[in-house]
Amino acid sequence: MSTGHRYAEWAQRAVAEHADHIDGHPPATGRTSDREQQVLDRIDRARRRKPKVKDERITLAHGAGGKATQTLVEAMFLDAFRNPVLERLDDAAGVPAEGGRLAFTTDSFVVSPLFFPGGDIGDLAVNGTVNDLAMAGARPLYLSAGFILEEGLPTHELRRVIDSMAQAAERAGVRVVTGDTKVVERGKGDGCYINTSGVGVVEHDLALGPGRARPGDAVIVSGPVGDHGVTIMLARGELDIESDIESDTAPMHEMVRDLLAATSGVRCLRDATRGGVATILNEIATASETAVVVDESAVPMRPEVRGASEILGIDPLYVACEGRMVAVVDGAEADTAVAALRRHPLGQDAAVIGTIKDDPPTLVLLKTEFGGTRIVDVLIGDPLPRIC
Amino acid sequence: MRFVDEYRDAEQAEALAAKIADLCEPGRHYKFMEVCGGHTHTIYKHGLEDYLPDNITLVHGPGCPVCVIPMGRVDDAIHIAQQPDVIMTSFGDMMRVPGGTKSFIDSNADGTTIKMVYSPLDALKLAKQRPDQQVVFMAIGFETTTPSTAMTVLRAAEEGVDNFSVFCNHVTIIPAIKAILDSPDLRLDGFLGPGHVSTVIGCRPYEFIARDYHKPLVVAGFEPLDILQSIYMLLRQLNEGRCEVENQYGRVVPWEGNQVALRAISDTMELRPYFEWRGLGFISHSALRMREDYARFDAERAFDLPGVRVADPKACQCGEVLKGVLKPWECKVFGTACTPETPIGTCMVSSEGACAAYYNYGRFERDRVKEATRA
Amino acid sequence: MCLGIPGEVVEVREDRSDLAKVDVSGVRRVINIGLLEGEEAVGPGDWILIHVGFALSKIDEREAQAALDFLKGIGQDYEDELDALRQSHIE
Repeated sequence: MSTGHRYAEWAQRAVAEHADHIDGHPPATGRTSDREQQVLDRIDRARRRKPKVKDERITLAHGAGGKATQTLVEAMFLDAFRNPVLERLDDAAGVPAEGGRLAFTTDSFVVSPLFFPGGDIGDLAVNGTVNDLAMAGARPLYLSAGFILEEGLPTHELRRVIDSMAQAAERAGVRVVTGDTKVVERGKGDGCYINTSGVGVVEHDLALGPGRARPGDAVIVSGPVGDHGVTIMLARGELDIESDIESDTAPMHEMVRDLLAATSGVRCLRDATRGGVATILNEIATASETAVVVDESAVPMRPEVRGASEILGIDPLYVACEGRMVAVVDGAEADTAVAALRRHPLGQDAAVIGTIKDDPPTLVLLKTEFGGTRIVDVLIGDPLPRIC
Repeated sequence: MRFVDEYRDAEQAEALAAKIADLCEPGRHYKFMEVCGGHTHTIYKHGLEDYLPDNITLVHGPGCPVCVIPMGRVDDAIHIAQQPDVIMTSFGDMMRVPGGTKSFIDSNADGTTIKMVYSPLDALKLAKQRPDQQVVFMAIGFETTTPSTAMTVLRAAEEGVDNFSVFCNHVTIIPAIKAILDSPDLRLDGFLGPGHVSTVIGCRPYEFIARDYHKPLVVAGFEPLDILQSIYMLLRQLNEGRCEVENQYGRVVPWEGNQVALRAISDTMELRPYFEWRGLGFISHSALRMREDYARFDAERAFDLPGVRVADPKACQCGEVLKGVLKPWECKVFGTACTPETPIGTCMVSSEGACAAYYNYGRFERDRVKEATRA
Repeated sequence: MCLGIPGEVVEVREDRSDLAKVDVSGVRRVINIGLLEGEEAVGPGDWILIHVGFALSKIDEREAQAALDFLKGIGQDYEDELDALRQSHIE
């Protein structure tokens, strides 16, 4: 073993970049709470800085829906393609069309394994895009389907996937009207990747978006959280955990239609996919400059999801759903909204989980079941199983 | 969940908090260290500090096995992973920990195969499934985790698996506590002892803390009421002028520990003369390596490691945070240069580190939050 | 450090007495119970503490009850005090 040491270049760089902060660190005098507040304000300013992609290569974290994904989208894609429609970063883009408004969206599906309890990549690809349209309050009409197939994929598996897509499209009342197929060499794909784009028509005048949340609004989830993500983690087989839990993949557009028909108080709808409910709540808090205050004991969750999360040391609030949404609704309309959701089979367990407050802005706070409080921040990447 | 939910009851917490407040002498300030990162996690995850009076401060100790791994050891692990036909495995906790140049996740983007496992047994299973590959398990952890590695090595020996080895980074908690107790600028009134480590080592090894350093220690469980009860027990000791090792976590921790586990460790591993702890420096007899008899399962012997030390930036004040001299936010680089995305010091590395826990869960002014969460 | 989760033993494997299927809130995993050899035999219905696929200790139900009784006692004291306080207001 050599005795000398070196410094980590990346760490030295980070220190140099923030030299002004380090020199301006509050002196060790004055009231503790004031000094702490100065530091918190400084952190807040640093967090609002324009995001930069510092990584030299793309890692799996960039695809996980957390901070790394947001940085990639904002610093690279949005920067290059910037326009007012894209800037909203909604689940589906609202674009004007003759005689009304269209919603347009696209989504790619790379789930492994291709088949899992409760669904497969086929119905996931249809439901995912239908749901993105539904979150714009649109009636889904047409889908495209692009397939990237890996050399060696058994034909019967592809047939199974396609049959499942056809059934899902039938159920959701959408038609697959165009498509594309490419085959890549063995080892260059995971059997089958699917991209679907979707077009729907917006038949209401509501303006929906995370920026529209305001103090006094209620935060609702449409059902138990985390089913899909936990199902996939367990279906990969590496954890050797058995359970009866199934993916929640389902098309939510009818539930949304019923909700919008029942109340005009809906401010924002988001399907809680990658990054889970916690990531959506952060988007809402940031976009609307409000505080989202969540009551932990009100969040619906299956015992199995909780059990698997405890074993793996992950927080189920960050685990993906594929048939659950977060709705922000005018506080006075919360009961009406929940009742409307509960009338739909997908929304039977819908519940108010929190409220929007004005202070402290841009933070998501959790009132824990134990009676304490903590922040729910955006994760950097996937929630990883931990032992410690 | 049984043995979990009953220790998270908010009403009981309120009652216990009132008792704790009663026990505090007015005008006196109490500083207790929770040695274990798992406790730090519980404290922040449940917002436990909301129940404590202002004159009790919890100091977050060094018991996070991910945090204390020096960056040079991460580099060594990546070096092993870069060798031909190697599959490196470790716990999920290690995947994002940066080394001198990169983390495991970054390294995988460069072409290595570093896989996450839930148990060392899963790494052994992988070795049996992939006889064409060398499967290396990067073992980290305190005495809680060490027996699992030891049992896995014993199993590998029994089954004659010859493509499995361990990159051993197991550390022991007592020398670290001693290093903290010996530091001159320390001011602590007592310790919450690490509950799960104690299932293995028992409660006796802490007796010197009460005897020689005159600090009380209560071995504590991991649910929030366990921690509140342990704080209550520490205060009782202080008020009654006692200084003892007590066990709050009797449902899981036997006073004498787990002899089978201790034997498995001593059969397969031995103490290193010294080991570097991130944030605390070199501590003698504070870590384990594979015994000669099990050399064939020792990745450190099988692979030629660079072993280059990587120092933390000079502005990093983790050492002071670990000893409770500074609070996380008092560190100069906290939250700006040093964040969970670019953790330049040990306390920010894992969500159990003092700084990361404060940054992720507690980064707000408590009065404003109390106002916001009022029903 | 060291996440440990309580689970209930469902069955001990007949062919490998060091392995047991354990249930945690409706999800099940095979756990190595070899570290519990020193204790009385582990069987279905016993609760164990799980860490990285191994059982570290058998949960002592009596000790668990004692801790809960302590907490209940504190809770009762607190209730009594609150009651006393309320009464003193009335008077």
